[in-house]
Amino acid sequence: MINREQTKTQIFLNGILNENPIFRLALSMCPAVGISTNVMNGILMGISVIFVQFCSSLTISLIKDYIHPRIRIPTYTLTIATWVTVTDLVLAAFFPVAYKALGIFVRLIVVFCFITCRLDVFARKNPVFPSIVDAVGMGIGFMVGMIAIGGVRELLGMGTLLGYDVLGFRPVLFFVLPASGFFVVGFMMVIFNYTELVYNRRRKQRNVS
Amino acid sequence: MTSLFNKKYILFLLLLAFFLIICGCKTEHRFIKKVSFKGNQIIEVIFAGKVDERWATTISNFSVNENTDPDIFLEIKSVFLKSNKSKLTIQMNEPLNTVNTHTLAIKNIITEGKNIGTALVNVKKLYFGYLISILMGAMLIQNYVFVKYLGLCVYLGVSKKKSTAMGMGVTFTIVTVFATSISWVLYQYVLKPYQLDFLQIIIFIGIVSLTVQGVDTILRKVNPILYKEFGVYLVLVISSCLILAVPLIMAASNYNYLECFMLSSGAGLGFWIALFLMACVRERLELAVIPPSYQGLPIAFIVSGLFALSFMGFSGMSIF
Repeated sequence: MINREQTKTQIFLNGILNENPIFRLALSMCPAVGISTNVMNGILMGISVIFVQFCSSLTISLIKDYIHPRIRIPTYTLTIATWVTVTDLVLAAFFPVAYKALGIFVRLIVVFCFITCRLDVFARKNPVFPSIVDAVGMGIGFMVGMIAIGGVRELLGMGTLLGYDVLGFRPVLFFVLPASGFFVVGFMMVIFNYTELVYNRRRKQRNVS
Repeated sequence: MTSLFNKKYILFLLLLAFFLIICGCKTEHRFIKKVSFKGNQIIEVIFAGKVDERWATTISNFSVNENTDPDIFLEIKSVFLKSNKSKLTIQMNEPLNTVNTHTLAIKNIITEGKNIGTALVNVKKLYFGYLISILMGAMLIQNYVFVKYLGLCVYLGVSKKKSTAMGMGVTFTIVTVFATSISWVLYQYVLKPYQLDFLQIIIFIGIVSLTVQGVDTILRKVNPILYKEFGVYLVLVISSCLILAVPLIMAASNYNYLECFMLSSGAGLGFWIALFLMACVRERLELAVIPPSYQGLPIAFIVSGLFALSFMGFSGMSIF
């Protein structure tokens, strides 16, 4: 049920800020930890997710009147699986290098919780255009999260960004190690929480005075 | 009743052992008793009788290649004959990939002045050891949570209490084994013969959901008490990436059924271990004093990072 006041811009920004799949909802952490060693992986993964989310939202919102509520989850899964297969084959055919870097995670887009979640919460109840806007917003939110984590890891681990040398030396080689994904995500969440805590405390003080 | 069960059990074990022995020690030439890997770089050949020393120390009489690419011959550094003249060691130039089967061709074997022909022998690890190494590989060395980073959503969601972690671990292992077995049958007998490989994502996710639904229905009817305990986790299982990743990896690496069974049970057990370890730590964390901005997910992530670092210690481990 779309709120009449909710404009397209708000729907779009909702996915990036308020319900960011990685930092806010903490859903689909596997790619965020697994393949976020550099920015390029993040961008590629983000593009694939945007494509899958866009196409499945479009499909579901087109056929929403014909889906019986009791079989809606299998329908979502099969729709997503179809579009993931398309993405998988296209990537394997045209971008073999990128496909190898992403590994099994392209196929695992099927089980990303937030895609199914968006289909159930938004695309099922809304017309085509708002669903598309919501899908793109959500996908970009995911991509931003991936790029942020990948950027931190690439900059601190290799001293480069997108393959270009930025620092000229390698500050902490630890961040290239696969295990550091957990630490980076953890500390980024700490920073977000800390900002929120300080912000709330300031606001409370202002209200008191 | 119990004795009957015991007899059956022993019979089964004997059959299994017989099967494994058959698989493990097979050579194709009557004069060669045993061929095996000794470490990474050495192949050991045991003959049934004494062989000629001059023949045995000529490197050109031997050639080694991997079974999968018969046109690439691997370089042999040297050949030694032991003093009893029936044991031969072949030293390779570079380390062999002992997981694959290798073919060793021995030309014109000369024993007691007679030429008894050329032998082609397959060298492979003991099959049982290979199976165990798949199991350990999936469980510890390539632990699906700490090394491959799969199934993190469920892992973070369920690891708050030890009891729930145990419940989820059991359910997950059973469902993984079931789902992977069914998808193995479908993949080997339907998808591969009819060249429908590109449908594997759709088919596997369908099978996983169906298995979970099936286990749910059967458990509810057969054992309501167990269902009350584990029913909650069954729904969660579908949303884990791990349960889809295992059939996909199985399809990519072309395993036979035993290997596929070992892979899936290893994945399930590895997930169980990860859940249990994490639950132990998180129960302690409840009592610890944590800065407010670290509470909840962030500290869980940092602890997982420490676990992942320690699991890196398993890399490179080989048991057989």
